[in-house]
Amino acid sequence: MSAFAKRAGDTPPLVIDNARVVDPSRGIDAPGAVIALGGVIAAAGPDALNQGQPDGAEVVDAGGAVVAPGLVDMRVFVGEPGFDHRETFASASRAALSGGITTIVTMPDTHPVIDDPALVDYVFRRARDTARVRVRPMAALTKGQAGQEMTEFGLLKEAGAVGFSSGRQVVANAQVLRRALTYARDFDALVCHMPEDPDLKGAGVMNAGDTAVRLGLSGIPSEAESVILARDLRLARLAKGRYHASLVSTAEAVDLIRWAKNQGIQATAGVAITNLTLNEIDVGAYRTFFKTQPPLRSEDDRLALVQAVADGVIDVVVSNHDPQDVETKRQPFAEAADGAVGLETLLAAGLRLVHAGDLSLSRLLEATATRPAALLGLDAGTLKPGAPADLVVLDVDAPWVLSETMLLSRSKNTPFEGARFMGRVAMTVVGGQVAFRR
Amino acid sequence: MSAIRLAPAAEPAYHAGFMTMTDYGFDRRHLLGIEGLTRLEILDLLDRAEANVEIGRQANKKRDSLSGRTQINLFFEASTRTQSSFELAGKRLGADVMNMAVAASSVKKGETLIDTAATLNAMNPDVIVVRHHASGAVALLAQKVDCSVVNAGDGAHEHPTQALLDALTIRRHKGRIERLTIAICGDIMHSRVARSNILLLTALDARVRLVGPSTLIPSAFRDMGLEVTTSMREGLKDADIVMMLRLQRERMQGSLVPSVREYFHYYGLDPEKLAFAKPDALVMHPGPMNRGVEIDPQVADGPQSLIREQVEMGVAVRMAVLDAVVNGRGARTEGSA
Repeated sequence: MSAFAKRAGDTPPLVIDNARVVDPSRGIDAPGAVIALGGVIAAAGPDALNQGQPDGAEVVDAGGAVVAPGLVDMRVFVGEPGFDHRETFASASRAALSGGITTIVTMPDTHPVIDDPALVDYVFRRARDTARVRVRPMAALTKGQAGQEMTEFGLLKEAGAVGFSSGRQVVANAQVLRRALTYARDFDALVCHMPEDPDLKGAGVMNAGDTAVRLGLSGIPSEAESVILARDLRLARLAKGRYHASLVSTAEAVDLIRWAKNQGIQATAGVAITNLTLNEIDVGAYRTFFKTQPPLRSEDDRLALVQAVADGVIDVVVSNHDPQDVETKRQPFAEAADGAVGLETLLAAGLRLVHAGDLSLSRLLEATATRPAALLGLDAGTLKPGAPADLVVLDVDAPWVLSETMLLSRSKNTPFEGARFMGRVAMTVVGGQVAFRR
Repeated sequence: MSAIRLAPAAEPAYHAGFMTMTDYGFDRRHLLGIEGLTRLEILDLLDRAEANVEIGRQANKKRDSLSGRTQINLFFEASTRTQSSFELAGKRLGADVMNMAVAASSVKKGETLIDTAATLNAMNPDVIVVRHHASGAVALLAQKVDCSVVNAGDGAHEHPTQALLDALTIRRHKGRIERLTIAICGDIMHSRVARSNILLLTALDARVRLVGPSTLIPSAFRDMGLEVTTSMREGLKDADIVMMLRLQRERMQGSLVPSVREYFHYYGLDPEKLAFAKPDALVMHPGPMNRGVEIDPQVADGPQSLIREQVEMGVAVRMAVLDAVVNGRGARTEGSA
């Protein structure tokens, strides 16, 4: 399985014909074909085959399935280094390919924390040797994720860090975040922050509301998110840096982001697919696989988030893939770790929104591929000629039921066990090579 | 930092009724800052300092223009070089110089700045040279004493004698200040040296650029019309003078700058970055230097460095300033400043 290591120039031409080509970067959603030559897109769209097929090409008949840019998942926790028993680059890569994801943006919350150029380099080397998807690391926003001292944005960016994330942590000290946003401006670095007030969260373990009261669990109010987000957006205005709210989960946060964008503040936001497709009631009988950060919120919040993705107020949809093992999840709800795996279900769960008529397929792909690539400055999320041929072939109407045993991820903490999905990845192509075929 | 004027208005230096050509020279009772000085006052001080340079190079360096006068150096912040420079300047002019060791003084026992000023004033000094960690403290003290006061650095506000000695050093090498391109690099935010230099150099029509990370340059400077850049390549392009500033240790470990190595990588003046400037560009630093932080030892000790000469000019400038404030008409005119 060392095909990924082969030079792109050696890749035979690939033609995917008889497809519905969806490219949000160019506003294309039409029957057509995609041609990949030498690892890059040669043509994609209704007219792609006007010049005929290249000699010696592998030709795939998509049978009317969708061909789209491979997904760029902007928030993925991998266990390497330090927690290899939860997930390695190799296992995350297999899971990603099966979910149509061709670029994973890794979080720096490892052990050690990725806060030094040498560690960024380590991630690249491990990824090169063991992963078949593209791995783009985010570095820590502060040293050791301690929230006190900013990291070396310049040197880390030169080493290949695509952004700077506080990971699961919040930078409680506003002055620290202000200075980080100011300094980040000099390097056009994206500051990704988790808006969650640690004091308001307190001992909270799920959304504050009826369900929490009924279950006897302490709640996390919406304000834990909105208080910090409101602060952050004003700091972004003051410092003129690029701010990205890694995850939002509440209707109130949507209003704040909309306000900030109307003000011309350089602010963007992401949302986890779990917050778009599940709500607090799913926690049911203390099911810890539904314990996430931020928590699953009320149905009103969920509807507001879906609308915000449709409107573009929320820019990015992520898996928030966070592998946890039995030791951290088979615990009483309050003591269990947050987190759910999601690489393999991001697209399938997203298609629920498309089939429900809440989102267009193009908008879903924009939020999961084109937009994150643009925010991070990656040459991905597009089918325009010359871009790397990272593709997903997607049968949008194929029904299937998820079972834990299907998961390729090393950890099995999925909230979608037994879920019925419509739409499944048939093939994933990275750099013009078929990396996954179901 | 209110109302910095980049180009001081033509504020007349003369006093009503005494208007002659010489009245345009420096004739004030205090030197509290560069702000408010006219171009002609600055040039007058530089000319007088120029004459003192030769004195410092002679075997007999003693003059008598401050003979019998008392100079008190009141340093609330430790500073070996500025204090000894003022001490030497006073002694060369024949003054009796007393250094107040503030660390061991009543200030440590809780005496306020104004009480200290009143106490010293009762000893009838002719000039007090003050350094204080708080911006504006020197001006406050000047209101409470009957003698002349020279600002040897107040907080992040001004350090006028440093700007004058920098200008003198530049003028002696380049023959002029006007139309030179001067890049001031590093921690502008906390630097009184930068503020005084910006005021002085722009008053003499130099083209001043500020270079450093956004965390160390207040955005107000850009609003005032100065050229501000975060890139040494851009900032040093065609520069005649590269002026480096000291970065305090507590600011370079994650609070404003992530690390020494990143700072040096982007802003440390090494031969590669100096090559962006004109081939005959000169390098300055107010000292004390952090070699390997803001400046490479190769550059600090290299042929383009004027850093040691700045120290020599410091004594000449301070002689001129002490003489001017003590013997000028301003000192004898009650209430004029």
